[in-house]
Amino acid sequence: MIRLIPRTQPSKAMIFLSPLLALTLTAVTAFFIFAFILTDIEVSSVFYTLFVEPLIDTYYISELLVKAAPLIMIALGLSIGFRAGVWNIGAEGQYVIGGITGGAVGLYFYNVEGFWLIPLMSLAAILGGMFYAGIAAFLKTKYQVNEILVTLMLTYVAVLFLSAMLQGPMRNPSGFNFPESRPFHDSALLPIIWQGTRLNIGLIIAVILSFVTWFGIKRHLSGLQIKITGSAPRAAKFAGFDDKKTIWFALLISGGVAGLAGLFEVIGPAGQITPGLPQFYGFTAIIVAFLSRLHPIAIIFSSLLIALTYIGGENVQIYFNLPSSITNIFQGMLLFYFLACDVLIQYKIVFFKTIRQKL
Amino acid sequence: MKYQLEIQNITKSYGDLKANDDISLSIKPASIHALLGENGAGKSTLVKVIYGSLQADSGQMQWCGEGYSPKSPFEAREQGIAMVFQHFSLFESLTVAENIILGLDDIGLDTDFTEQIIKYSKQYGLDINPQQVVGDLSVGARQRVEIIRCLMQNPKLLIMDEPTSVLTPQEVTDLFITLRKLAEDGCAILYISHKLEEVRQLCSEATILRGGQLVQNCNPQDHNKQELAEMMIGKKLVQLARSNITTGQDIFSINNLSRKSEDMFGVDLHDISLTIKQGSIVGIAGVAGNGQDELMELLIGEVEAPADSLIFKGEDVGRLNPHQRRQLSMFFIPEERLGHGAVPDMGLHENMLLSRPQKSEMTNYGVINWQNVEKLTQQVIDDFKVQTQSSKMLAKSLSGGNLQKFMVGRELIQNPELLIVSQPTWGVDAGSENNIHQSLIALADQGSAILIISQDLDEILTLCEQVHVLSEGSLSAAVDMEDNGLEKISNLMVGSEKQ
Repeated sequence: MIRLIPRTQPSKAMIFLSPLLALTLTAVTAFFIFAFILTDIEVSSVFYTLFVEPLIDTYYISELLVKAAPLIMIALGLSIGFRAGVWNIGAEGQYVIGGITGGAVGLYFYNVEGFWLIPLMSLAAILGGMFYAGIAAFLKTKYQVNEILVTLMLTYVAVLFLSAMLQGPMRNPSGFNFPESRPFHDSALLPIIWQGTRLNIGLIIAVILSFVTWFGIKRHLSGLQIKITGSAPRAAKFAGFDDKKTIWFALLISGGVAGLAGLFEVIGPAGQITPGLPQFYGFTAIIVAFLSRLHPIAIIFSSLLIALTYIGGENVQIYFNLPSSITNIFQGMLLFYFLACDVLIQYKIVFFKTIRQKL
Repeated sequence: MKYQLEIQNITKSYGDLKANDDISLSIKPASIHALLGENGAGKSTLVKVIYGSLQADSGQMQWCGEGYSPKSPFEAREQGIAMVFQHFSLFESLTVAENIILGLDDIGLDTDFTEQIIKYSKQYGLDINPQQVVGDLSVGARQRVEIIRCLMQNPKLLIMDEPTSVLTPQEVTDLFITLRKLAEDGCAILYISHKLEEVRQLCSEATILRGGQLVQNCNPQDHNKQELAEMMIGKKLVQLARSNITTGQDIFSINNLSRKSEDMFGVDLHDISLTIKQGSIVGIAGVAGNGQDELMELLIGEVEAPADSLIFKGEDVGRLNPHQRRQLSMFFIPEERLGHGAVPDMGLHENMLLSRPQKSEMTNYGVINWQNVEKLTQQVIDDFKVQTQSSKMLAKSLSGGNLQKFMVGRELIQNPELLIVSQPTWGVDAGSENNIHQSLIALADQGSAILIISQDLDEILTLCEQVHVLSEGSLSAAVDMEDNGLEKISNLMVGSEKQ
């Protein structure tokens, strides 16, 4: 019989080394998978396209950062909830709703110039995302409905709502009936911070948010409240923390940030609202959050890593005609190995000969 | 003379820590032998070696004069060693008979155990109905089930781990009768405890351990309680007494507080009333599971009570949450240390923030000043002699006694006008217990009020000048301690007398 026994003193070095170990294991496994299925292509050139090219070409680097920004933002919000034991699985839905509500404000003020426009749209996006996550908070605190189910199901509703809006009120009047909104005008688009690329100010905001979150978790009572509610609910009550407030707080924050990320996609790289808005950022951010062990600064790095699998995956799709699920395979393996390594930091494997140890 | 069990020079280490260092003891057949020691003295390690769940690094054991080195509890049971653990392993939804059958190593399915259970139950005064569901039984009755389960194996040595910590005085008396009878019939008993009065009553031999080493093998009846305690902790105990009890005005009252429990196995509270004066220590005695947890939740504020059912300094506090109550200078120490009074996976300094008054140096508009928090944590550690490497050690890494001292210190450092504490010395070693009792008395002497909910009657009788008994969710009036007070309390605890 095999059992996992907690280690008395988890190794400090391994805590930092385990992500690298997971990455190595992922690469090795991927190598064997490719070697097995690819008969006529050089495996090393696939690896080069996947992992190296996106890091040496300026265009790919900028795209990498473009993809990382929404992942950072959404993962930050989710990590707060996960710390509190509130499982918001539907950030994708909140992201879509934020894109719609924020974008709607932009479309309403079509051709109106003003520095206030983007802040106003951001506010609308945050409120939209908050409202959408708030539904789950309401049902959970009032009727003990599981937030995992509610947030997940509402994601599908959000995607359908998006398509209804694009077929109807939001459709571009001069867009040949394509289900797309008008392209946003300059005053409603995020400023580009790297000329000649699509990289916009969203990345800077995402990084700032990481540090704000880090401060909140380290230095503010609300961070402590979330941590205690997640790890010892009775102790949280003893401290006088209201668990319902914590649930609301966690869901509103993660919903709001996801909504803002949705808007930034719409008025950033996309430039208009399209049916292609949902890109699984909301789900991928869950992987990002766990890869970073819910640490706000580490989220920046794991977002970059996951963004790399996106860009690299797209490239091998284009150059070698490989299926797009390559990206998913990588993300899945990465998470699997990372979690496995993490378990072995905290626990050791012990083999038992007898089953009957004690009555 | 041939010994039942002879232990010679047993040593067992965990890493650098010697949990048992060269320990020898001999148990005579048909004797009741006490194993005394504080938490961490090495009692459990030694017992685990005897019971086969651990193997010693060096040393030998002889069972009935023959070499004995069990590799597992199974082998120990085959030899005739049985053990009643402090925490029972019974299935609540099964009957007594089913539980007993499940515990046996060799099950003949055709045997009728009911008769055998009744036989033992009659022979040793272990009052039990085999068909009753364990979930409905009191703690004492559950212990009787465990004992019968052991007797089914015809043991030659019965190990009892802290058996009386959960029993009422009457149940303790009954248990002693059973144990004496068992010894008369030839079954040796190894009795693990840190309650010295009991050991003096029951045992004719005692082995005292301290810090993993053997202090002495002696006859406990030759020594008084004080001497035994001092051997056990290795230093002089401070005599506890309240110097001057000066009580002031009423500061806190509970008025007709009732609560219907939402939990299936919870206890409803009926019409509880109580008044506490400044400078007095009030005790609520009672056996566990009679509504203590439910009452404590209301007193802390984890569950809302009707506003005017709790009045503190003339203010209705029933609807306030724990944090708001602390602002009025009410502080609390819950029974459960890990997971309730402290977060196991957080450092002491972080745990410090669970209980904080509004105007403190620890936080400013919600921003935590870690420097001050650590300073305060260090102060608690120093003032209350908490043994820990640093203020950042995880709560779960501290021993029970040390964590309890920390939790008591955390609240006392706020100078509470009212302290409500449940089981202040539960599972705490004698030295720490003495320290905690001293701190509580000092707090009351300076004019604060203290409410103690405890199952440890000795504790209540030592500290409190006003005693109530909680039984089946009802609180008795204050017991008049003159004229057979102990007997009255005992009767109230089992619910046979209503006042």
